[in-house]
Amino acid sequence: MSADSMTRDATDASSRVVLEARNVVKTYGHVTALDGVDFELRAGEILAVVGDNGAGKSTLIKALTGAVHPTSGEILLDGAPVHFKGPLDARHAGIETVYQDLAMAPALDIASNLFLGRELRCEGVMGSVFRRLDKKRMREEARRAMSELKFRLPSIGNAVEALSGGQRQGVAVARAALFARKLVIMDEPTAALGVRETGQVLELIRSIRERGLAVVLISHNMPNVFEIADRIHIMRLGRRAAVVTPQSHSMNDVVAIMTGAVAA
Amino acid sequence: MSTATIASQQDTPSLKARLLGTPSVGPLLVLVAFCIIFALTNPRFLATQNISIILQQTVIIGTLAIGQTLVILTAGIDLAVGAICVLGTIVAGKLVNLGYDPVFSMGFAILLCTGAGLAAGSLIAGLRLPPFIVTLGILGILTAALRLISEGGAFPVRDPFLAWTGNTMKVGGFVLTYGILIMLALYGFVWYLLNQTKWGRHVYAIGNNPEAARLVGIPVRRHLLSVYLLAGFIYGIAAWLALGRIPNADPNAMQTANLDSITAVVIGGTSLFGGRGGLIGTLIGALIVGVLRNGLTLAGIDPLWQDLVTGILVIIAVALDQMSRRRN
Repeated sequence: MSADSMTRDATDASSRVVLEARNVVKTYGHVTALDGVDFELRAGEILAVVGDNGAGKSTLIKALTGAVHPTSGEILLDGAPVHFKGPLDARHAGIETVYQDLAMAPALDIASNLFLGRELRCEGVMGSVFRRLDKKRMREEARRAMSELKFRLPSIGNAVEALSGGQRQGVAVARAALFARKLVIMDEPTAALGVRETGQVLELIRSIRERGLAVVLISHNMPNVFEIADRIHIMRLGRRAAVVTPQSHSMNDVVAIMTGAVAA
Repeated sequence: MSTATIASQQDTPSLKARLLGTPSVGPLLVLVAFCIIFALTNPRFLATQNISIILQQTVIIGTLAIGQTLVILTAGIDLAVGAICVLGTIVAGKLVNLGYDPVFSMGFAILLCTGAGLAAGSLIAGLRLPPFIVTLGILGILTAALRLISEGGAFPVRDPFLAWTGNTMKVGGFVLTYGILIMLALYGFVWYLLNQTKWGRHVYAIGNNPEAARLVGIPVRRHLLSVYLLAGFIYGIAAWLALGRIPNADPNAMQTANLDSITAVVIGGTSLFGGRGGLIGTLIGALIVGVLRNGLTLAGIDPLWQDLVTGILVIIAVALDQMSRRRN
């Protein structure tokens, strides 16, 4: 249970642990991608996961969302062990993931993309017998979600392909925020974006936290990480090298731990 | 821009955006243009009788093109369209000629066509084989098998039920066959599926970005299977309509049906890359081909020119699609 993780971090014993990994190992033949990694995400925080290429960031995230099955180790959601068969299982458990290569249907409009796979049907006979989509309600809900997140977009009826990269990422993040019940995982959400658009997406990530959801942010971008993260989980050689905060450590410290120049 | 401005924006796009975003507007303009040209050059073109003829001539390809549209929207292609339809006509004709109940015979034939669609879908979705190759294979197998069954030759099918779709009724001066009405009903039904249901939304999503569809939890393979199944059923109905037009089961018929149905889909503005387009465009596309053939025939122009003009239209349609995709 989370009791022993709480004793480890006596400083912040009040925060509940939402998602936890214990001693997770993942090997591919002779290659060890995860070498007994621990992970801990607390309620309502933004946890950045950083690490050099090949340090095991992606594999860790995939293991947490069921895209990869760990060779050994334990994953706990709200303190209970979980075994996700695939990303869909994780989604049903309340974990939403925003992928780097935007998982969108470009020719469909914003509302359709927000509700893709979770479409709303009309009420009454039209919905139950004729299976008719409630396009109006989906548009309204989509518009409400976007304005709640204070993300500005052209008309909700526009095709996603007509949007800029930042706006598209905004839709992807909004989709996760709209449906996540526990936490949102974001894999390099700002990698393809310009400075101004990056700012918009970071703002969105903050508003997700304001909604009470925990966020895992995988990023290469140190200034972004330091601007937004509550804690930083540093990966090195398939293990957790350290967990630091932007207040306790500088960017140089973090890079030094990442590269192994300094032992954590 | 503040949150208030967002709220004041309309949910639905403007009329202009809608027109530009609707792929069937271009084809509709082409159809109207052809109709005007033919009407001006030949007064007989707009006669109610001639319009009925155009519709009757469009029925088979128009119906087959519904299934073809579904398949192309998933970024596939169906080269077995004509062969599956011929399977329906031969099986129904054979059974009736052997003395079986005509309703049973036609029902069984349609079921068999649906099964052929299911077989194609299983190979494409289950074994992840390319639709082009699978349907090409089914085309070859069915063509050969049907010639063997019918001993190479065509045979007449004289049964009032099988020919029923060719019967006519008068609607305000227009002579309509039941076949035309069945085709239009199918268009309405499948249009509803594509535009108003989750199933249709997912057809577009799979054609657009199968990986994204999978990630949001759409069962992509099962969905593809249902698309080919429905397409097979539609080809079976087309077989009934074909027997209503010509009461003859011919294993060598419909050899151009594959390309004709693809032509209707493409001229109708549906992208061969999948995920874009729609059924209204296909109906217009089928009508464009029908109007063109009819108008040029009325003008006494060599039929070869019809194929030539149709070919040009296909290339223009695909070029326009490519250009709009590149712009995006």
